[in-house]
Amino acid sequence: MALLQISEPGEAPEPHQQRLAIGIDLGTTNSLVAAVRNSIAVVLEDGEGRALLPSVVRYLPDGTVEVGQAAQAMQAKDPKNTIASAKRFMGRGLKDAHAENTSYDFIDAPGMLQLRTVAGPKSPVEVAAEILKLLRRRAELSLFGAGGGELHGAVVTVPAYFDDAQRQATKDAARIAGINVLRLLNEPTAAAIAYGLDNAAEGIYAVYDLGGGTFDLSILKLTKGVFEVMSTSGDAALGGDDFDHRLMCWVVDQARLAPLSAMDMRLLLGKSRVAKEQLTTQEAVQISAKLASGEIVNVKLTRQVFQDMTQHLVAKTLSPTKKALRDAALKIEDVKGVVMVGGATRMPHVQAAVGEFFRQAPLNNLDPDKVVALGAAIQANALAGNRAAGDDWLLLDVIPLSLGLEMMGGLAEKIIPRNSTIPVARAQEFTTFKDGQTALAVHVVQGERELVSDCRSLARFELRGIPPMAAGAARIRVSFQVDADGLLAVSARELSSGVEAAVTVKPSYGLAEEDITRMLRDSFDHAKDDVFTRALREQQVEGQRLLAATHSALAGDSGLLSDEESTAISNEVRELEQVLTLSDHRRIKSQIDRVSQATAEFAARRMNRSVKNALAGKQIANI
Amino acid sequence: MNLDIKQNHFTLFGLPEGFRLPLEELDRAYRKLAAEVHPDRFTHAPENERRLSMQWAMHVNEAYQTLKKPLKRAGYLLSLHGIDPAIETNTSMPHDFLIEQMEWRESLEEANEGHDAAALAGLETKLHAEMQALYAVAEGQLDAQHDYPAAAGTFRKLMFLDKLGEEIHYAITELDD
Repeated sequence: MALLQISEPGEAPEPHQQRLAIGIDLGTTNSLVAAVRNSIAVVLEDGEGRALLPSVVRYLPDGTVEVGQAAQAMQAKDPKNTIASAKRFMGRGLKDAHAENTSYDFIDAPGMLQLRTVAGPKSPVEVAAEILKLLRRRAELSLFGAGGGELHGAVVTVPAYFDDAQRQATKDAARIAGINVLRLLNEPTAAAIAYGLDNAAEGIYAVYDLGGGTFDLSILKLTKGVFEVMSTSGDAALGGDDFDHRLMCWVVDQARLAPLSAMDMRLLLGKSRVAKEQLTTQEAVQISAKLASGEIVNVKLTRQVFQDMTQHLVAKTLSPTKKALRDAALKIEDVKGVVMVGGATRMPHVQAAVGEFFRQAPLNNLDPDKVVALGAAIQANALAGNRAAGDDWLLLDVIPLSLGLEMMGGLAEKIIPRNSTIPVARAQEFTTFKDGQTALAVHVVQGERELVSDCRSLARFELRGIPPMAAGAARIRVSFQVDADGLLAVSARELSSGVEAAVTVKPSYGLAEEDITRMLRDSFDHAKDDVFTRALREQQVEGQRLLAATHSALAGDSGLLSDEESTAISNEVRELEQVLTLSDHRRIKSQIDRVSQATAEFAARRMNRSVKNALAGKQIANI
Repeated sequence: MNLDIKQNHFTLFGLPEGFRLPLEELDRAYRKLAAEVHPDRFTHAPENERRLSMQWAMHVNEAYQTLKKPLKRAGYLLSLHGIDPAIETNTSMPHDFLIEQMEWRESLEEANEGHDAAALAGLETKLHAEMQALYAVAEGQLDAQHDYPAAAGTFRKLMFLDKLGEEIHYAITELDD
């Protein structure tokens, strides 16, 4: 099979032919970008040698945007227009945000919340896109120099416990930032790749990932280059931020302060974060600040007091940990090692609690801030087709939360259970409730609870045009498909009439396609890169890809085709070669479709054969 | 599309058809096939091959889960022999089994109301043992006696118990939270 050129020993492309791909860790508090250079994954730094980019975006009245350290420095001065921790709001409604106690002006709108800034309303997706854009520029500068070049794509990491809406929002942000997403990768899994390949690890490992705003616990089985996620659990709203917030409340209490303004709140939150970090190595710190009123805050804090006030947050990580173990049907003693990920795991009481729970010292040999980005870079490099000889490891990941449908009585029926290996497809048949019922409302939910109201609403759509029948006579098949990014697609069809639900899905907390198009348009700074040239480039890339794959398939496997089939394919291929010289993306698209159609059967035969060969290989090896 | 996925799951993994299965060999064959068809291997292939890879990967995952879990494997074997194992209604279960079920449910409710983690863990252990015994019965009926109607009866009992197991699991998880 031609495609296997990516994994055949000694077949890695020459360096100048390599497609450059990056790994991006889009974190709640900090973000990073990494790439594989000369076979080694490295974090890419900015011009001043800084690896971590604070995930802070500031909107200015003239429409310009500051990202990173510059924005972070302005948090206390301009709290409403300086957005930190936007990741916490990705794919979330206003209702979810209220509990968060932030200084922002939220806009009450259905679906995903928005933030009011001096530059207009901003979706968390747009805020994240600004961070991604900057990381993309950093990577381009670092990999290509001032001359420029084109990135093949990126692997973007997400918390393993992110639901479908949060994942989709992350992918949309990357799209708006002009990034070709090769894969959404779960953060703990990315860390496991970096750790496992580095240490040639085998056996069962737990990855304990406490980031700025999210907690994940994944259990992986590492066997001969296969990274198999057995279970994952977590809390999508628990992280280092919460420790800062708890500490800030304590300071307010200690100093007997009146309710804080947004500016003072951000100021004290910043001071609290610094104190928390210092307490990792120091026994005591002094927290001093001058409030807007001129009032001076000055309190002393010992490590012990800090640990006592935040111990409940550490304890909160242990129940998902137990759940992940139970879901994987494992005991604590089955776990060979615990890999620590995320800056928040530096806190000594987190280390102690994890060590006590697993009855072994946690593994800290990779920088907990960088390991996710490094793993993402390694995966990006492999997906771009730059695998080195013998470098044929494989990742098998799972969905973190069950996917289901709303049934009569507000009960959730699970279609795909949590911890199913992706990609996965399941279908279930339903029937009508009333005589003559011609439409069926489908409500897709995610979560473990029995009541729909306790689960997260993902989308609603309607199947219309069901022929009138007696109640219970219609047979409606609802199909769920989760792809390798962990993203869900749902379709419904009435089996006796073949009516298909063609209505667009209304994501409950996502962006509609027209929102994304508008944001895309807004995000193009100059005419150089507009929607049209992008569409053309996309079709050209896909066309070239199809040509290369078809040529090499014909060269290697023409034995699977009759002469007529072979001629038919060659004719369509020649036409595609011609059309590709034109700048007409619609014609390229339609010819791509024709070649795809002509080669569909050929591709299927080659796939069948490679499946058979894989097993034949196994049987020989077993003898 | 001519997906060669109509074939028997056992054939797919190159394993002998039967309830008793060498699980390590299944794991090995699965990893081999998954490596062959996984979408990660096709990220820069043309769209039709990417779609094909996803369909195949979904199928291999489904087939693996079906064979790996004993309850699903038993159901699958029954379906291969023309018995629809999905029939949940209109099946009369033996009287003593139903009585036993009621007793299980009562114990579960009691443990749940008392937030009794130890009692829940005890129920889980007891249920596990009961299911193992029934799996041994199913193995005999499926592999040795080839008595599929009898195996279907055992299978239905196991479905009840599996459902119960899920509820116990759920109760334990809730208690932890």
